[in-house]
Amino acid sequence: MTLDFSTPAHYLLALLPEIVLSVWGTVVLLAGVWKGGATSAPRAGSGNLAVLAMVGVLAAAFANGWLYGLTPGQGSTMIAVDRFHLFANWIFLLAAMLALAISPAYVRRQRLQEGEFHALVLFATVGMMLMGGTRDLIVIFLALEVMSISAYVLSGFNRRDPKSAESGLKYFLLGAFSTGFLLYGIALVYGATGSTNLGLIALAIGSDAAVAGLLHVGIALLAIGFAFKVSAIPFHMWTPDVYEGAPSPVTAFMSASVKAAAFVAFARVFLVGFGGIPGSWYAIGWWLAALTMVIANVIALAQTNVKRLLAYSSIAHAGYLLVAIVALNQNATAGLLFYLLVYTAMNIGAFAVILCVSGHGEERLGIHRYAGLGARHPALAVCLTIFLLSLAGFPGTGGFMGKIFILQGAAEAGLWTLSVIFVLTTVVSYYYYLRIAWYMWMREAAESDEPDPVTVPLTMRFAMGAAVAVVIGLGVFPGGGVGFARAGAEGLLTAGALLLGAAP
Amino acid sequence: MELILFYVFAVTVVGGGIGVVASRNPVASLMFMVVSLASVAGIYVLLEAHFLAAIQVMVYAGAIMVLFLFVIMLLNLGHDYRDDLVRGLYAVCAFVVSGAICGILATRFGGAESSALYESFPGAAAMDLELAERGAVSLIARPLFQEYVVPFEITGILLLVAVVGAVALAKKRV
Repeated sequence: MTLDFSTPAHYLLALLPEIVLSVWGTVVLLAGVWKGGATSAPRAGSGNLAVLAMVGVLAAAFANGWLYGLTPGQGSTMIAVDRFHLFANWIFLLAAMLALAISPAYVRRQRLQEGEFHALVLFATVGMMLMGGTRDLIVIFLALEVMSISAYVLSGFNRRDPKSAESGLKYFLLGAFSTGFLLYGIALVYGATGSTNLGLIALAIGSDAAVAGLLHVGIALLAIGFAFKVSAIPFHMWTPDVYEGAPSPVTAFMSASVKAAAFVAFARVFLVGFGGIPGSWYAIGWWLAALTMVIANVIALAQTNVKRLLAYSSIAHAGYLLVAIVALNQNATAGLLFYLLVYTAMNIGAFAVILCVSGHGEERLGIHRYAGLGARHPALAVCLTIFLLSLAGFPGTGGFMGKIFILQGAAEAGLWTLSVIFVLTTVVSYYYYLRIAWYMWMREAAESDEPDPVTVPLTMRFAMGAAVAVVIGLGVFPGGGVGFARAGAEGLLTAGALLLGAAP
Repeated sequence: MELILFYVFAVTVVGGGIGVVASRNPVASLMFMVVSLASVAGIYVLLEAHFLAAIQVMVYAGAIMVLFLFVIMLLNLGHDYRDDLVRGLYAVCAFVVSGAICGILATRFGGAESSALYESFPGAAAMDLELAERGAVSLIARPLFQEYVVPFEITGILLLVAVVGAVALAKKRV
């Protein structure tokens, strides 16, 4: 069946995963209300809502798989049913699944409002999927807002904890500020090209119909807006505080999939929309990538709080991924998708272990708390070690393969200086990742008088197992994942090239 | 006549905008904002976009301003907030940036050749036809519910998320 959007029904089909998930989000919300408030005594089987939400994610995943059977029509339609969209959907659905699996124990322990919490995770995922699946700047903006507002609320969700409240407020203010940049950029690009559709924008740029001055200012503002969202240096100030203050399951979800969604939209806007004039944004991207990789890795060396350390690590990863965007070729884009998939699994996995170790009120976050973990909880320590090695980029893990693919794309584009910075900063990052592993395996616990609060609920085990499977699986057998990612990148870039040839 | 009216409205728009930033009392700056927004509605009328002008008055100058006023009064923000303002280098930077953007816009969109450009915009003739046939409301409603129906629906999700989030964060008992 071909989707050409000649009838409105085609929108329903093309957006089936998003529609399923948003309807399910409402169902979860209502189920939460029906079940009663968080202050009432915990009833038997209170994990229900998380499981209910996970069923919704599974249903959306089925819908996403079903979309592979449809052929997208020609032209630059508002909704893109290309492989890029579908691959990005897998990343977001995986992130939502893992986040929902690690959160129930925390939500119950902190007596948060279950229905709202899980529904907001689903709605944020809807926003991300729409961000990856559209060719229209208006939809990108709206979807970004759906995702961001859910993320603001989630990061401030634990109101009794002043840190969480601060994190929510900080994220909201800076996020709203960055949205202003993005929106102004969209307005200027619209003024310069006469369209918000990326295909038509590319067409206007290709045929020299665009107003150059406005276009360049617009592109710069859009780049700033996206740089805020992916937390590239110098637009990263909010990241460490927000990641540290937000509840750990939320930090896990945010650091992986909000970043992934921003990168997916970033890639589509800049590769398809502005791919015709790379000269106007190449320098911006180059410097953002270089500064982000160097500064984030250096600051991370000095961190002793594990959540802050992972926040800087996530900033550093934004730098690696920016290299893929600057490279502007198919291999790099495939590497970007592949790396985002691996990054989602390993980052949420690492945060899951942190959540287990951190105790009831998340007070055990110092790196010295990890001393002797290997002896006390070998399974947990092995998991964390795998995730850390993958984040660092050790051979045999998915993180290594992702870095190789991005480097391959960068080498193809002749970005030698950037590649050298990439490799050197990766080597630097080994130090801070392995320091945690060293604490776990080589150090004795300082004092053992306090009770050991580590508990690993069943869904958490499932999440960790799945994350380890993804990280190791993609590290040892990267072929399948890469083929998939290549198809996604191909869909994106050929669509961009076709549009330059023929009007939609 | 039209030109004179345009200049009157343009001056009140800009003057109101300056008043918003310059006045010390939040309520006063809000009133300046009402002036500014109402004058924008006047410019819409001059452009023969009557529907847009009505919406502008009702939604912006009316509903949203009342909301602003409520918030200011409820939060008791009536005090002098002069100390919170940043001056010096920031103010200079702000003026330079906004001046530069104004300059770019003026050079690109001012002058006779660009007005000829608007006449030749492919959508212009179609819009005139539609306007003559069905009126201004249809001109907005058709794209909104046909071409842009997906963003319209996403706005619904966005509002739901915002409401749920606001309630979840601001509810008295948790």
